[in-house]
Amino acid sequence: MTNSSATSHCEQPPLLAVQDLRVALQTAHGHVDALRGVSFVMQRGETLGLIGESGCGKSLTALAIMGLLPARAQVNGSVRLNGTELTQLSDAALCKVRGARMAMIFQEPMTALNPLHPIWKQIAEPLQLHQGMSLTAAKARALELLERVQLPRAKERLEAYPHQLSGGQRQRVMISIALACQPDLLIADEPTTALDVTVQKEVLSLIRQLVNEDGMGLLLISHDLGLMRDQVDRVMVMYGGTVVESAGTPDLFRTRAHPYTQGLFAARPQLGLKRGTRLQTIPGNVPEIFNWPQGCAFADRCPHAESSCRITVPPAEQIHANLNADTPSMQSHEHWVSCLKWQQLEASA
Amino acid sequence: MSSFVFQRLLSFFITLAVTSVVVFGVLEWLPGNAAQVILGETATPESLAAMEEKLGLNQPALSRYLQWTGGLLQGHSGMSISYDTPTADLMLERMHVTLPLAIMAMSFTVLIALSLGLYAASKQNSAADAGVMSLSQLGLALPNFWLAILLILLFAVHLQWVSAGGFPGWTEEDGGGIWAGVAALLLPAMALAAVQTAILTRVTRSAVIESMSEDYVRTARAKGLSKSQVLWGHVLRNAMIPVVTVMGLQFGNLITSAIVIENVFVLPGIGRLIFQAIANRDLIVVRDVVMLLSAMVILINFLIDLLYAWIDPRIKTVAAGS
Amino acid sequence: MNQAFKRAIQHPSFVAGSAVVLLLLVSAVVSMFWSPYPVGDIDIPNKLAASSAKHWFGTDSLGRDIASLLLVGSQNSLLVGFIAVGIGLGAGVPLGLLASAKRGWVEEVVMRAADFTFAFPALLSAILLTSIYGPGLVVSITAIGIFNIPVFSRITRGAANSVWTRDYTLAARAAGKSKWAITWEHVLPNIASVLIVQATVQFAIAILAEAALSYLGLGTQPPQPSWGRMLNEAQSQMFQAPMLAVYPGVAIALAVLGLNLMGDGLRDLLDPRLSRTR
Repeated sequence: MTNSSATSHCEQPPLLAVQDLRVALQTAHGHVDALRGVSFVMQRGETLGLIGESGCGKSLTALAIMGLLPARAQVNGSVRLNGTELTQLSDAALCKVRGARMAMIFQEPMTALNPLHPIWKQIAEPLQLHQGMSLTAAKARALELLERVQLPRAKERLEAYPHQLSGGQRQRVMISIALACQPDLLIADEPTTALDVTVQKEVLSLIRQLVNEDGMGLLLISHDLGLMRDQVDRVMVMYGGTVVESAGTPDLFRTRAHPYTQGLFAARPQLGLKRGTRLQTIPGNVPEIFNWPQGCAFADRCPHAESSCRITVPPAEQIHANLNADTPSMQSHEHWVSCLKWQQLEASA
Repeated sequence: MSSFVFQRLLSFFITLAVTSVVVFGVLEWLPGNAAQVILGETATPESLAAMEEKLGLNQPALSRYLQWTGGLLQGHSGMSISYDTPTADLMLERMHVTLPLAIMAMSFTVLIALSLGLYAASKQNSAADAGVMSLSQLGLALPNFWLAILLILLFAVHLQWVSAGGFPGWTEEDGGGIWAGVAALLLPAMALAAVQTAILTRVTRSAVIESMSEDYVRTARAKGLSKSQVLWGHVLRNAMIPVVTVMGLQFGNLITSAIVIENVFVLPGIGRLIFQAIANRDLIVVRDVVMLLSAMVILINFLIDLLYAWIDPRIKTVAAGS
Repeated sequence: MNQAFKRAIQHPSFVAGSAVVLLLLVSAVVSMFWSPYPVGDIDIPNKLAASSAKHWFGTDSLGRDIASLLLVGSQNSLLVGFIAVGIGLGAGVPLGLLASAKRGWVEEVVMRAADFTFAFPALLSAILLTSIYGPGLVVSITAIGIFNIPVFSRITRGAANSVWTRDYTLAARAAGKSKWAITWEHVLPNIASVLIVQATVQFAIAILAEAALSYLGLGTQPPQPSWGRMLNEAQSQMFQAPMLAVYPGVAIALAVLGLNLMGDGLRDLLDPRLSRTR
C-alpha cells in the first residue's frame, strides 16, 4: 500500500483522512454492518464534532480509527493519519501510533483507570513507552501534566489511587494521560456525559483550551447539540452507520438540509415557548442494527421519503460552499448532505 | 495501613480463641464422659476412675479449659493417652511429613493452575480453551483418594517406579534421604494437587477473562500498550485478587484432604496421626490436632487478608472507613 | 414453558449431566427391588474373579458381585446427597433470608457464624464428630449436612440482598407489604435459580465427602455397600485384582461429573446473567 497523500496540491497530508470506512461485526444475531461508509477529512488544529443517537456508529468510528475494535470485527476502507494508512498496520506498528500520535479519552472516567495503580504511574506509562523516559523523569512530567489539566493539589494526587478521586478529577487525569506524548489527534468520546453538569463545562473548556494551545486536531463525539455549538468548528451528523450531513457549526445551526438533522434540531426544547406546546419528536424508531434497510436508513421515519430513497444509500452531495476568508482550509466549511431530495426540500422551505 | 493490620490481627486472635472454645466444648458434650469414650464400654469402674483422675475430670470444665489453653500458649500440651508422650512432640514429628507434602501440593497447584488458566483465558473459546475446561471438569469430579489409588496402580504396581506407600525418612540414618523423601511424597502431592488445580484453573481463567473486559484495559490499549503488555502490566494483578482469595480457601481444603491421602499412602503425617488417634479413641490427640489444623487454617486466612490488602489499595481505605 | 424445555434439551452440558444423574436415580430405585446378585451373598471360592458374563465387573475378596455392590451403593450416595443438601437448604436458606431481611446485628451474627464454620474444614469436623459419636452413616451425613448450612446461608443472603435493592421490592415496601410477605413472594422466587444451582454443587460435594469418610472407615458401615468403602477394600487387593479399585471410583467420578455438568447447564439456562460464556 502506498502512502500517497489525499490531496496532491497541499504540502502536507491532512491530519486525518477517513475514506469509506466500513465495519462489519459478527453478533449472536448474525452479520451486522455497523458502519456503512464514513468519509471525512480533518486538518491539523481543526475541531470536528460527531453527533448522533445511540447506535448510530459514532463510538465505533472512533474505535475503528484507533484500531481498538475486537479482532473479530472486519474493517474496510481507509484511515490515514498524517498520510500513514492505519488499517494496514500490524498491531505492533499501530501500538507505536496509539497514545503517541493519536489519543482517546472515554466516556466513563470511573472505570477507565486501573484501580490498582497510583495516578502518576498511569500517566507515566505512555511516557515511558513512547518516549523512553526514566521513572523519575516520567513522574516529574506527570506532575507537570496534572498541573496543566488544573487538577487541584496535583502533587498529593500523584500518589493517590483512582478510587480516591471524583469523576471530574479522574477525567482530568485521563486528559493528562492522553496529552502526555503530545499527540496530533485527540478523540474524545462523550467525555463529559457521565459527569455532573457543573463539571461538564469546566472539563470541556479545558479540553478546548489544551487543544488550541497544542494545535491538535480534536474529534469530539457527543449526542448533545448544545455542546457542539460551543466546542467545535464543524459538525458531522451520523445516522444508521453513515454520515448524513456535515457542515461548519454556524452554518449547520443556521440551515439544515437533511430531514434527520432537521428533526434533531426541531426536537430541542426552547426557552420562551408557550405553555402546553408539544415538543416535536421524530416518529418511529432507529432500525435494528442487524436489520438495516437497503437504501437510506432514515427512509422509514422520513416525512419526505420516496421509493427511490429505499433503493440505494444516497451519496453525499455538496450544498453551496460557504466560503469564509478567515478559515484555514476551504474543505472544513463545506456543507455536505446525503439525501436524494435535499434540493427539493430547500426549494420548498 | 496499620489500623487495618491491627483489625485483622484482632480478628485472628478472636477467631482462634473461639475455635479453641468450640473444640474444647465439642469434646465436653460427649455421650458419657471422656474417660468412658476413651476406654469404651468394657471398662471397669477402677480403670474408669483412674482415667478420670488422669484427665482431671473432677475439676470444673472452665479450669480445665484454661489449663489447656494456658499450656498451649506456653508451649506445653496434653499427654497422648495411647503414646504417653506430649502431643506437641507427636505433632511436630508428624509435621516433618505433612508440611513438605502440603507445600509440594500447593506449588504444583499454583504453577499449573496459573499457567493453564492464563493460557485458556488468552485463547478464549478456542479448542485449546475447551480442552482445558474439559480437563478441569474431569479433575473436579475425581475423588482425590481414588486418583491416589490410580496413581499407585500405575506408577507403583504397574511401572514400579516408586513404592506403593510409606515414607523412608528425610535423613540417611533413618533409612531415607532428601531425594528418597521427595520421591515418596511425589505421588501423594500429585493426588492432593489434582482437584485444587482444577478449581484454581477455572478461577484463574474466569478472573483473567473478567479483567480483560474491564474499561481500563481499553484505556491501556489506547495508550499504545501491546496485548501482552496489557496482560502482564494490568490484567494479571487485578485478576490475582479473586485468585488469591481462592488459594487461601484451598489451603484449608488441602490440609484436610491430606488426612485422607496420608492414609492412602500410609505416610506418617498429621493426617495419619489423627486417624490412628480416632481408632485408639485418644481424645487428647484428636483435640490437639484438630486445634492445630484449625489454627493453621485461620493463620492462612489471616495472611491472605494481608496479602489481599497489599494487592488492592481499595481494601485499606474501606477498612479504615468502616 | 415449551421454550424453556427446548433450550434445555439443546444445552450439551445440561443434557449430558442430567442423563448421568437420571442413570444414578434409576440405579438407586432399581436396586431397591433387584440386583444381579443379593449383596449379602458371599461366595469365597469365586473371590476376586475377573469380569465375565456371570459377573460383569467381577467379584470382590469375599466373592460378592461387584455390579450388585455398585448398584446398591448408589442408594447410599443419593441418600447422603439428598439429606445433606436438605439440611443445608432447610436451615441455611431461612437463616440467610433472615439475615438479609433484618440486616443490622442479626446479619452480622449470622454471617460471622457462617464465616467461622468455614474456618473449620468440613472433613475435620466430620472426623471429630465421628470420633466421639462413633462411625456410621447418620453421623457422617449430619456432619456433612451441618457444613452445608453456612454455605447456603451465605449464598441466600448474598442473592437476597441484591433482590432487596431492586425497584420492585422497594415499591412493594412502599405499598406497605410486610418483610415476610416480600421475602416469600419476591425474594424467594428470584433467588430460587441460584439455590438450585448451588444445590447440585453441594450434592456433588456431599457425595465426595461421604466417599472420603467411608474410605477412612468412618462413614457407612458394613454390610451396607458404599463406593468409598469399596475403594478401601480394593486397595489391599491392588496387586491381585487392580480393577476392583477402578470401578467404584468411576462410579463416584461419574456421579459427581454428572451433577457438575447438570449444575453448569442449569446455571446457563436458569439465569443468563449468571452465565460465564462470553
